[in-house]
Formats: sequence, C-alpha cells, structure tokens
Amino acid sequence: MIAPCFRNSAPVLALLASLAAAAPACAQSAAEGQKLAFDRGKGNCLVCHVIKGGENPGTLGPELSGLKSKYKRDELVEIVFDETKRNPLTVMPPFGRNRILTEKEINAIVDFLQTL
Amino acid sequence: MMKQRSLIRFGFSALALAALALASPAGAADKIDPVADAKAFKKFFYDKFPKLKPEDFVNGPYSMDEGLHKQWVEKEQFPPYEFAVEEGKEMFAKPFKNGKTYADCFPNQGIGIRQNYPLFDDKQGKVITLELALNQCREANGEAPYSYVRGEMASLTAYMAFTSRGKPMDIKIPDDPRALAAYEQGKEYFYTRRGQLNFSCATCHVQSPGERVRTEVLAPALGIMNAMPIYRSEWNSMGTTSRRLVTCNSQTRGVPLTPQDDEYRNVEYYLSYVANGLPISGPGARP
Ligand code: HEC
Ligand code: HEC
Repeated sequence: MIAPCFRNSAPVLALLASLAAAAPACAQSAAEGQKLAFDRGKGNCLVCHVIKGGENPGTLGPELSGLKSKYKRDELVEIVFDETKRNPLTVMPPFGRNRILTEKEINAIVDFLQTL
Repeated sequence: MMKQRSLIRFGFSALALAALALASPAGAADKIDPVADAKAFKKFFYDKFPKLKPEDFVNGPYSMDEGLHKQWVEKEQFPPYEFAVEEGKEMFAKPFKNGKTYADCFPNQGIGIRQNYPLFDDKQGKVITLELALNQCREANGEAPYSYVRGEMASLTAYMAFTSRGKPMDIKIPDDPRALAAYEQGKEYFYTRRGQLNFSCATCHVQSPGERVRTEVLAPALGIMNAMPIYRSEWNSMGTTSRRLVTCNSQTRGVPLTPQDDEYRNVEYYLSYVANGLPISGPGARP
C-alpha cells in the first residue's frame, strides 16, 4: 500500500497528529513513487528525463533535480497531471488527464520528485 | 543549462510548430498549398540544424549524432542490408508463373523509379506506395500478395531503392482535388496528437529530432522516408515503411493502423513530398 505523506492542503490538526509517522511513511511512498516513475509500463519518465538512480535516460526533457526548491507540491502534481496546461505544445504526456497514472500514483511520484 | 534549454524549446516550438502545421500565412487560410508547405518544412529543419547539408538529412538518426555517424560509416563497409538487395534483385528478375515479371508492371522496367513513390493514381483515386504497387502487380499476375512489413517485400523494395540511390525524391501532386485531399489528410495525420501518451508524429520527429528517447536518437522528419526500407539491428532484420510506422504507433501506446491503411499511405505521401529534391538513400541501416 502507498502510505500518503502529508500534503500542503492537510488541515493543521491532522498534520500535527501525523507528524510523528510522517517521515517513514514519506520514505515508503517516495520509494513506491520511484518504482512507478522508472517502470516502463507506468511513468516511464526516464524516456525523457535524467533522474538520479535511473539508467538509460532520454534527453527530451530537463534533468529532474532540485525540484523541492523550485516548485510547491501542488505545482508538481499539476505538472505530472497535465503539463499541456502550462505548455500546450509540450511533449510530456498528460499522465493524470489521460489516466496513464491514478491520483494515488501521481502523489507517490511527487513524493519521490521532492526527494530529488 | 538544462533549464535554459527547456525555456528555449518552449518558446521556439510553440511558434515554429504552429507555423508548420498551419503553413499558409494568415489570410490565405484554408488553402492547401504543398509548395509553400515544403518550403517552410525545409526551412524549419535547415534553420534548426544549420551545420547540416540538405542531403545529410536522409540518414535519419545518423545525421543527428557524431558518435552514431562514425558507427554508420563503419557499418557501410559491410552493410547489413546487402543480402536483402541481392535477394530482391533475384526475386525481381524471376518470372511469375504466367511468364511475366515485375518489370512489366512498372515504368522503366522498375529500375531507378523509387523516387517517384508514393504517387497518386487517378484511376484508383488514391495514393499508391511502392509496396502497394508491388502487391497489385503480383495479384494482377495471379500471385498471392506479400506481407507489407518485412521479408520478401522488404527485399524487393531494398533492391528498387538501391537502383534509385542518389536520385532526388520527386513526388508529384497532380491537379486533382482527390490528390490534394490525400496530401492534406496525410499532413493532418502527421500533426494530430493521439493515443494515451498524446503524441503526434511531429512531437517526436519535428519537435525532438536529435534528442534521445532512452537510447534511441530521433530522426528528423525531413527526408525520413528517403532511406526506407531499413535494416535495424534491434529487429535483426529488414523492415518496410509500414513496419516502422506500426512500431512508432505501438511505442507510444497508440493503436497501430493496418499496414497500407489510407492514413499511413497519405502520411507517407505528405512526408515524401516535402522531402522533394533530397536524395534517395535507401536501403538504410539503423542501430
Ligand atoms: C515524452 C517526454 C516526457 C515524459 C515521458 C515525461 N516528461 Fe516531464 N517534461 C518533459 C519536458 C519536455 C519538460 C519541459 C517542460 C515542458 O515541456 O513544458 C518536462 C518537465 C517536467 C517537470 C518540470 C521540471 C522543471 O525543472 O521545470 C517535471 C517535474 C516533470 N517533467 C516530471 C515528469 C515525471 C514525474 C514524468 C513521469 C511520470 C515525466 N515528467 C515524463 C518531457 C517528458
Ligand atoms: C514517441 C516518439 C515517436 C513518435 C510519436 C513517432 N515516432 Fe517515428 N520513430 C521513433 C523512434 C524512437 C524511431 C527510431 C529512431 C529513428 O530512426 O528516429 C523512429 C523512426 C521512424 C522512422 C524511420 C526513420 C529512420 O531513418 O530510421 C520513420 C519513417 C518514422 N519514425 C515515422 C513516424 C511517423 C510517420 C509517426 C507518426 C505516425 C511517428 N514516426 C511517430 C519515435 C517516434
């Protein structure tokens, strides 16, 4: 099962209550996210992006690194869900809109992206 | 540096791709203008790769990457398509059961004519590729058609391409509304995004030539038909244009069309027309 990390939108109380458990849960979700991101039948993000820990990356997109300082969590979800909203001509597939990945899978992938 | 690159790509592709797909300048909208299309198409690639000569583009991924180019020069010493050319030559000369040969079906006995295909046939009212013409020839002579993707068909077209090497692509669009419509449909197919991954042919071969998808280097759309058929090390065999198009569609998790489907023939017509003047380089060898 993918244990969710705390989200920006989580109510403060729930956030506080889950803080103790947050770190290991995040690590687990991020590990799951990495698997999904590298899986050729799922995200297959390596076709286009250099990602730490991944082999044979393509060059169609920028290297994925330092994302935590560059984007808020919600923004990363948006990019993976449907990058054509930011850039109508992007080559990046709209993973959420076209149901290539579920919301849960996207969340796990974003947890992983935030570790890069 | 990566960041800068993606910014450049962002601004650049938005303008350039729209200009190609819509081709005719505002005001002249709706008018199908293949001559203007071909000019804009070539300009796009010449501007994007200013170091390349026009005839370089017909070597697909090898024109895009120096390391690959070296491999190619070495490979051409013992070309892996040679057996197919030999086999195709023998097949081409061997009479059908009725005594006729392929030569009887084609202008100039089928020698040095690859650059004229696909052509628009006004009697059939559709685009005829070399593969389709070959099977029509077989069937007219009481022989069973060949598979469109590999084997005999790849060998026959390899031989025919070989006899046309260096001849400039010379596709005609006759003054016939059906021919113009086929051209336009091919163009539309080329730029339309489809499938779960939302790719068009142009996503890969116009927006991203020279980039790597995993380990493969994307060929530029200009001259992309000139090297067909190709021997691919990854296939361990020869493949026709149909085989390549089916592979491209499948790789993008799209549903491939049937080989020689209208849309495949029309997209080949479009891509070959805009490459007019560039030399035939087929058969090709690919990684
Ligand atoms: C077919 C190519 C392709 C695939 C597959 C792809 N991307 Fe992208 N991605 C791009 C391109 C190109 C950009 C640059 C921005 C743009 O085009 O809008 C980008 C941008 C991004 C960005 C913003 C990076 C930055 O520094 O601004 C993130 C985050 C991202 N992609 C994540 C992913 C994830 C996660 C996956 C897999 C689930 C993925 N991408 C799959 C092509 C791709
Ligand atoms: C997601 C990427 C992608 C899409 C979309 C795509 N292709 Fe390709 N195509 C490739 C790759 C990878 C190759 C093999 C490397 C190369 O030669 O470009 C290739 C090769 C080819 C070749 C052979 C080029 C050569 O010189 O070896 C042709 C022709 C071609 N594609 C046509 C098309 C057409 C037409 C479409 C649309 C129906 C299309 N492609 C869509 C990725 C794609």
